Amino acid sequence: MAKKILTEHINVPGIETFDVYRRQGGYTAVEKALKTMTPDEIVEETKKSGVRGRGGAGFPMGMKWGFLAKPEGVPRYLVCNADESEPGTFKDHYLMKSIPHLLIEGMIIGSFALGAKKSFIYVRGELMYVIHILEKAIAEAKAAGFLGQNILGTGYDLELIVQSGGGAYICGEETALLESLEGKRGNPRNKPPFPAVKGLYQSPTVVNNVESIANMPWIINNGADAYAGIGIGRSTGTKLISASGHIKKPGVYEIELGVSVEEFLNSDEYCGGIRDGHHLKALVAGGSSVPILPAHLIMKTANGEDRLMSYESLSDGGFATGTMLGSGGFIVFDETACIVRNTWNFARFYHHESCGQCSPCREGTGWMEKVLHRIEHGHGSMHDVDLLVDISKKIEGNTICPLGDAAAWPVASAIRHFRDEFMWHITNPHEASQPGAVYQGEMALV
Amino acid sequence: MEETKPQLIKITFDGIEVEVEPGTTIMQAARKIAEADESQGHLVPPAMCYYKPLPTSGGKCRACLVKVAQGSAKDPRPMPKLVPSCITQVQEGMVVENTTNQGVLDTRKSIVEFLLINHPLDCPICDQAGECHLQDFAFEHGSVKTRYEEDRRTFDKIDIGPFVQLHMTRCILCYRCVYTADQITDKRVHGVMNRGDASEISTYIEKAIDNDFSGNVIDVCPVGALTDKTYRFKNRVWFSKPEDAHCDCSKCSGKVTLWYRGDEVIRVTARKNTWGEVNEFICNTCRFERKKTSDWVLEGPTKVKRSSVISANKYRADLIKKPDFALKLAATQFKPIDDTREFVTDGETIRQQSIENNDKANHRSLLAKNN
Repeated sequence: MAKKILTEHINVPGIETFDVYRRQGGYTAVEKALKTMTPDEIVEETKKSGVRGRGGAGFPMGMKWGFLAKPEGVPRYLVCNADESEPGTFKDHYLMKSIPHLLIEGMIIGSFALGAKKSFIYVRGELMYVIHILEKAIAEAKAAGFLGQNILGTGYDLELIVQSGGGAYICGEETALLESLEGKRGNPRNKPPFPAVKGLYQSPTVVNNVESIANMPWIINNGADAYAGIGIGRSTGTKLISASGHIKKPGVYEIELGVSVEEFLNSDEYCGGIRDGHHLKALVAGGSSVPILPAHLIMKTANGEDRLMSYESLSDGGFATGTMLGSGGFIVFDETACIVRNTWNFARFYHHESCGQCSPCREGTGWMEKVLHRIEHGHGSMHDVDLLVDISKKIEGNTICPLGDAAAWPVASAIRHFRDEFMWHITNPHEASQPGAVYQGEMALV
Repeated sequence: MEETKPQLIKITFDGIEVEVEPGTTIMQAARKIAEADESQGHLVPPAMCYYKPLPTSGGKCRACLVKVAQGSAKDPRPMPKLVPSCITQVQEGMVVENTTNQGVLDTRKSIVEFLLINHPLDCPICDQAGECHLQDFAFEHGSVKTRYEEDRRTFDKIDIGPFVQLHMTRCILCYRCVYTADQITDKRVHGVMNRGDASEISTYIEKAIDNDFSGNVIDVCPVGALTDKTYRFKNRVWFSKPEDAHCDCSKCSGKVTLWYRGDEVIRVTARKNTWGEVNEFICNTCRFERKKTSDWVLEGPTKVKRSSVISANKYRADLIKKPDFALKLAATQFKPIDDTREFVTDGETIRQQSIENNDKANHRSLLAKNN
């Protein structure tokens, strides 16, 4: 059995209650951190552990904490980004509803390390019941003296506030999240200034993903070196992967970073393989925003090495032959899935979720969706494919926030690896527009 | 006591060195170059959403993206992405490429394309035509053909208040009017609703925008989305003559531009600088109610850039290129008229004939109706 950090006790009955969580060794990390460590030591420990942001970008969390500006007399904030709404990603949801105290414990340690007196958990608006679970857990923790005034007699005060979002994907972008938290329209801000300097209410703020923060109790309890010992290279620790699609056992799995894609996909411990009688066609390794890869490139890199579930191995080969670990939304397609239809579906999502602030994303996402819709429904023409590539290039990198990139990458990569299928849709419009019609031809190897 | 001057920062913009104060944006540095030397005006990045009098505006339209080839003297690495010049502050030793970088120009071309795919292109009937920033931007950087085949988004026209009409279909969502309402009026009652390409400027339940400075949203609008209802469809801007004038106004500075057609003041706007930005915002009384020359003290004609069509009230014959294609077409399709009637030059006869012809036509249409 692989090492479990986050989901070790997740199947203990009643783990969502304070008493059971405490009996499983919960909140010992808070006691250790607040009583025996200084905030700087905790930040140092986080840096040493090498834990990377689990929200998608993979930015080292300790480094992010180190960037936090600390001017005198200005409050600092820790905000937990629980606005998980990427298609194919559902790990934070699972973690919060099953073991809410893990997040709360992590938040207390993080807030103490950063010197925040008020911290926020911004939860996606659709997850109302999770908000109730979190609020109940916070009330329990408060009653037990782990939150509120003078925590554990150390003189440290912390208020933890759960805020519901309005159901916008864009509010998962950290500056849009902060705008939304301030009660404004969730438009991403221009950077710089970065949130570490001017974030929530113009004060220094750190925004972290649920899973990143939930790693903190383990790191404090077992030490950064033990955490850094798990995983491979610069991808340390474990990662929750939300597996979905045409596999036997969809669900959330905690893996040690560095497990091979093949093992994750086929072993009975994890996904259990593609459903019987079918074979792998394509795979999205890190949520809808990352480039889609065809079967031969996801198992082996372009150099013929085994592809591993780690930040470095998945992005091996750049965007030409690689992808990204992203937020860990592992979407598997077998040969019955139509890539054009799927790409159109992703494009439709980004069109719907674009905030409309900057022009390339506002207009470009809609344009891509319309062109893909046309191709999928048998009205495409040959130059549409090149048009799509061109639009995606023009959006990528020219927008305020990464949503533009996230909208452009799936389209560009689908065309890069599955151009034949797009061509088939255009040359066989009648056949292709039938419901359930899928290109059966041989895939051209890149 | 002498004030200590802040250390000036030296940057290179398109190969031209310029010294600016710390905290200046790349856009302002470029404008400084152009102000010092008018022939360099083309170097300045276009701005569709940035508006200097409105702090915190900018960064949205991405029209002003430039390449920073060298971040600063200390850290000479280039910036990985194109940066919006309107909000990016200069650093000592920064090297910026604007018109000298093909990537920047290509991106700008695509921004025009993006802005135009949902823009109605109804310039022939739009009041803004002639002083429209999008028109200028598209003319300078756009391509002739569109690759967009789908339907454009449309909205109904909304009356917001007695003086302003919102034609959302033309809007490019620059947010300038939102910032204006935020920053110069007491209470903002309009904003951006919805998201993505469905977002619209609106007052939510068609509430009127009613305050003394609401008219300024017309001036800041780069396109014809917010128009002056007292001026709508009255005139083309290049047929009117702008004059600077002022009055003693209790609410605002009273410094305006009057737009004349003949002796009639058909429109009053705030004065704008070279970059199309309002110098001083004016009140609604000045804008909508003082439309007589006697209300104002005239200062003289407004300076208008020679390249602007507004100055073209004086179109010169030698500047007008004859449309070759039309003449060629006419030459190929020319047919002598088969008409044996004699050529009449006498005015009275012509009048008589036209009356007769009219009578005949009326008679015909009456017959057609009765049958």
